[in-house]
Formats: sequence, structure tokens, C-alpha cells
Amino acid sequence: MKTFTLGGVHPEENKLSADKIIEVLPLPEKVYVPVSQSLGAPSKVVVEKGAMVKTGQLIAKGESFISANVHSPVSGKVVKVDDVIDSSGYKRQAVFIDVIGDEWEESIDRSPEIVSEITADRDTIIKKINALGVVGLGGATFPSHVKLMVPDGKKAEYLLINGVECEPYLTADHRLMLEKGEEMLIGISILKKALGVSKAFIGIESNKPDAIEHLKRLCANHQGIDVIPLKVKYPQGGEKQLIKAVVNREVPSGKLPIEVGCVVNNVGTALAVYEAIQKNKPLIERIVTVTGKSVAKPSNFMVRIGTPVSTLIEAAGGLPENTGKVISGGPMMGKALTSLEAPVVKGTSGILIMPAEESKRTQVLNCIRCGRCITACPMGLEPVLLAQLSENLLFERAEAERIMDCIECGSCHYTCPAGRPLLDYLRLGKNKTGLLIRNRVKK
Amino acid sequence: MSLLTISGSPHVHTQQSVKSIMYGVVIAMIPAIFVSVYFFGIDAARVLLISVLGCLFFEWIIQKYLIKGPVTINDGSALVTGVLLAFNVPSNLPMWIILLGALVSIGIGKMSFGGLGKNPFNPALVGRVFLLISFPVQMTSWPMPKALFGEGITDAITGPTTLGILKEGLDAGKTVQEIMASPTFPGYVNDLMGAQAGSLGEISALALLLGALFMLIRKIITWHIPAAYIGSAVVFSGILWMVDPTQFIDPLMHLLAGGMILGVFFMATDMVSSPMTARGQIVFGVGAGLLTIVIRVWGAYPEGVSFAILIMNAFTPLINNMFKPKRFGEVVKNG
Repeated sequence: MKTFTLGGVHPEENKLSADKIIEVLPLPEKVYVPVSQSLGAPSKVVVEKGAMVKTGQLIAKGESFISANVHSPVSGKVVKVDDVIDSSGYKRQAVFIDVIGDEWEESIDRSPEIVSEITADRDTIIKKINALGVVGLGGATFPSHVKLMVPDGKKAEYLLINGVECEPYLTADHRLMLEKGEEMLIGISILKKALGVSKAFIGIESNKPDAIEHLKRLCANHQGIDVIPLKVKYPQGGEKQLIKAVVNREVPSGKLPIEVGCVVNNVGTALAVYEAIQKNKPLIERIVTVTGKSVAKPSNFMVRIGTPVSTLIEAAGGLPENTGKVISGGPMMGKALTSLEAPVVKGTSGILIMPAEESKRTQVLNCIRCGRCITACPMGLEPVLLAQLSENLLFERAEAERIMDCIECGSCHYTCPAGRPLLDYLRLGKNKTGLLIRNRVKK
Repeated sequence: MSLLTISGSPHVHTQQSVKSIMYGVVIAMIPAIFVSVYFFGIDAARVLLISVLGCLFFEWIIQKYLIKGPVTINDGSALVTGVLLAFNVPSNLPMWIILLGALVSIGIGKMSFGGLGKNPFNPALVGRVFLLISFPVQMTSWPMPKALFGEGITDAITGPTTLGILKEGLDAGKTVQEIMASPTFPGYVNDLMGAQAGSLGEISALALLLGALFMLIRKIITWHIPAAYIGSAVVFSGILWMVDPTQFIDPLMHLLAGGMILGVFFMATDMVSSPMTARGQIVFGVGAGLLTIVIRVWGAYPEGVSFAILIMNAFTPLINNMFKPKRFGEVVKNG
């Protein structure tokens, strides 16, 4: 079975909610919709305090090339535009809306009927994806329309669809592939059309045999889309690792996938593209896994953007007594929440609740130079060396040792028998080295 | 509800810890411990006990009273050093020499550099080589083991190791075949099982291989150093043997006699003093294998494993610098 070659780890999978059917979460009483939910510049708020908005109405406009529109996920009244602490722990500008009813924009097709025929041409597809605020739902939330505009001189050969879901615990993509497979495949065809490629591959890890079977069956009716089962290994969902695993190409250091003729999109993005193009529906809801060993009812919810995390936790049976940590995302790359009022955003794939005994880091011991971090690094770096260089503020050397290639997957810290917080040092090092590089470019 | 913990990702951690690695090595040494007690009797247990207690004691006293820092003697590393030091000395070694060896291993070999993880050389080998050079007589008067199955001869009798017999014979002008035909020569089976004169832990290749298998399965060590070490030793000694089988020992005897298997799996693989990348580990292993055979064939000592590993330990930082892992996206090959 295919997989990437360099490094990788295999944490306990703990897919507790794998067989839980997606439940539509009842509308919350209020939502906080951050205006900066994607990579790139924050969008500009276009509604005022007191305004009444409909579900799907534009509330913040992306004004630079890399930024995305934000739409109201509910109907109701704009209470204020104020800061909210989001999953990153930082304050971000958000539109606070009190939910009144659920009145949608008329342009949105809410019928359950699947629209298979793709009538939109390439330009329309890209324009619509931009207008309806579709961003990458894999976690990095890169605005999708940008990915579809292949730079001059480059050619897209393959579209890769990321159904790997290599993060332990998370099952949102798994359920999506099982329950929204047909829509997703139409979305993939739309993406193929926009890119002008004839071949798409869906990479799925072998711990989801039902999804692999189901999509293989559905693919019979969709030309040029193949399912590629992959050996379970973290971080296979990393863009570069997925490309290596599926088409055996290596994206050169510091370059984008298009350099090797590939464009990668998440399965969730493909579904969002379907809904945008075929149903005129902006990106206002997504599937979120709420899970954890102590959670009463591990679930997969269809959630409106802006819903406070606490609402999701309530729906999954409430916050367990011995909770020590609440994570937005998976256990390997997710962020520990500072507030349970943080809203679900476009990039929220899961809420993971860790019991107290699993929330504290292990004691940090001397490095025993075992080299396990080097073996685990999927980018072929030496985390032990990079951490040392960062600790000693030797950022030029860290740059020469390619610290900027680090994808922050956390395999090094995960695997360290001495419990050293390698990724903490690497993040610091990347931050400072990045600053160094930007200053050099400015000069 | 109590406050939530905030920390950077990742939020889960592997089960393997420094402790589990160290105690895993100790478990892997148990077969060889049994073999040593079987062949050398209570003396072997005495050496092991003194060496282990000595190493733990010196680490404790240095950490507590000299460094005045945290005491970490329960991390298992001093225990490993203690057993390995005992494995590298004869079973009749006087107590005070063993304790001196433990002091040098822990005090000079390990703590003087900053403790676990900081030592450039394998601490047990530092102690062993110190003793070998300082007390050559006591360190090379090997008690004869009892027969493989049956009664032992008296404890007082000492004799040379397999490699010692071979070296002496060759120096006296005999051929390898003449030496090996002698009835007192242990031979392949005895060397495999452990019925040969030698240091405590090195005598039975079979017991050591059992432990090595355990470490490989539990992912405590990887195959790179052992495979490269054995591979280069076999190839190099094999070439010499093919050139002149009367003057050079065959590769199999090289593997079974002396401390090769002990060194390959339990000391060359010491993660602190060996290279960190797979490429580097292979270079390290090849170098150690070559040096071992060179010392055995042309050196003054019949055995060369300790020196070979220590010399390669010295090269470890250089190897780490020279043999970087293969970077992702470094070689762009498409298709």
C-alpha cells in the first residue's frame, strides 16, 4: 500500500466517533463570526450594528487577493462588531449575531436534490468560489480560488483530494465521505474543470475501509477520479506528504505543490465547492467532530460557523468532570483553547476533550541523542539540532539547516523519549528565522 | 471546574520513555546474566552486584553532593552501565578493582560531561578500558567456565580466551587449523553457548542474540549499527581469511569469540555516544567493524571491540555533522 517514505509516526488512532452519523446541531442562540477565518488579510465588515441579516448574506468582504468573504451563518440581528478570543487564543474582530428564526437568502438552493450537471465554466467557478467564501477545510484555510488560479508557466496535472484524516480522534472527513460522497465527487469534478486537469486522486488511509469501498463504488460513475488507499501513517494529510504518497513526487523546499503539477484540496473543500457552484450556498457550516475518551457522546455535528464551542460540548453530553484540556483540532496539531466561548470557524475540524491525567506534559529530561526525532521527521530535518540552534538564538544556522521546511506536525515532540518540547523550540526558531528572512528581503 | 491546561501541540505522546528504553536494555541483558552465572557460578553474581551497586552509588553521591542537583539514579542508565561494566570484566576480579571501574565509568565517563546524554564515550567502556590498561594482569586472567553440560573444574584455574588462544598460537608460528584442532580449544558450539573463558557477559553469543532480538522488536535499537558492524567485520575478516586461511581466523569464529556480539548490540548501539541518523549509524558501524578486525589481527591485544567502539565514539560528532538525513524535496525526482 502506498505511503510517504520519510519519517512519520503512528499515534493511537482513537477514532471514537467513526460510526456516528452526522447530526445537524440545533441553531445556537447567538454566534460570533470572526472576519478573519482564512489565511491572508482579514476581511472588511459590511454590516452595521443593529442590521438584520439573512442566512448566507455577505457580512465581511475579502478585499485583497489572498482573503475570503464571510457570510452570515444564521438569520438575525447584528448586536455588535467586537473582538472575540478565537481558537488561536488571540482576539479577533467578529460579528456578533443574535439568532432570530432561520431565514435564508433566496438565491440558495436548499432542496436535498443532487445537481450533477456542471454548467458553470472555468471563470464562473473561480469567481463563485471566491464570492461564496470557500476556503481549504483541511486546517490551513487557504482561500480556494487562489489555489485554482494556476500561475503562468506552471501546469496542473493532477488534482489530489485529501481524505486522509491522519489526525487521531477526528472523523469529520470520514463521515463526510460516507454520507456526502456523491456531492463531494461532483465537487471534485468541478475542481477538475476549473484546473483543466483530467485526473483526480482521492487519498484515504486504510483505517477507513468503508469510505474507500463506498467511494470506489461511486467513482464508477465519475470519469477520471480514483481512490488511492494509503497505509496509516501520520502526517500523511500534510500536503507534501500526500503528494509524495499518491504520485511519488517531492515538492521542492520552499515551493508550492503546483511546482510538481499538483493541486491538493480537502474532501470538505470539495463538498463546499459543490454547494457553492451547484447550490449557490456560501460556506456557512461545516462538519465538526466532538470527541475524547471521557466524552459521554462522541459525535459528528453539522455546525453553523460562529457557534460557540461550549454549545457543541453540551450537545455531546457536556464537559466531563475531569477535563484538563480542550483542543480545537486533533491531538497532534490542534490548539488548546483558552476559552470555551471560542467560535467554530471554517478551519475547525474537531473539538477534542482530554482528561486531566492526559493533559500535562511529561517531565523534560536530558536529550539522550537517540535520534528518534530525526527518524520521525517527515521533512528529513534534525529537530534536535534545530531546537538547540533556536535555544541558542543561532537563527542563520537554523535557516541553513532548513528550519523553514518544518511543517509543525509535532512528530518530533511526540516521539521524544525524554519528553523534550522540540516543536516549541522549532516554532520559536521558525518565527525568528522568518523575521530574519523578511528583513533581508526588505533590504 | 478547574482551569484548563494550555500548551502547544502535540497533545499526545509516545509510550516510550528514557526509563522504558533503559529498563528494556536491562531486560535484554537477562539471558546473558543467567548464562554468566551458570558458567562462572556465584562469582559472576558477585561481580554484577558490586558493579551495579557501585555505579548507582557513585551516580547518587556525585549528583547529590558534588553537583547538588536532582538525583536521577532511577532512570535506569546507571543500572545499564553497571551491568555492562560487569559484563566486560572477568568473574574473579577483586571487589576494589570493580568499584574503581564503576567510579571511572560513572564519574569520569558520564558525570564529568554533565550526566546522561552528554557523555561522548560509552561510560562502561571507559571504565573497562581504564581497568584493562591499569590492571592488565587481573583483567586478563580468565577463570575457566564449567563444561557446557556437566561438572565444573575448580574455580582457581584460569586460562586464555578463545581469541587469546588463537593470538598466542599464531604468534608462536602455528596455523589456525592446528590451534583449532587442539582438544582444549572451545570450538564453535561452546563459543555460541558460552562455555569459553572470557568476560562475564561476552561468552554466550546465543544469549546475547536473544536479548538483541528483544531490543529490535521493542524498537529500543535499530538494525543500522549492528548490521553495518557485523557486515563490515565479516566482509573484512572474510577477505583476509580467503587470502590465507592458515593465518587468519574465519569470520564466524570472529563473531562468536570475544566481545563482538556484546559490543555490537549492547555498546555500539548506545544512543548517547553513537550517531543519530541512519546514514551516520551505518558509517559508524562499518568503521567499528573494520577497527575491531584490524586490532584483533594486527594489534597487541587479542580483542579489539572496546577500543574500536571508543574510537568510533570519538568520531560521532563529526559523523553527525557530515551525514545529514535525506531532506524532503532535496533531490527532485519526478515520475
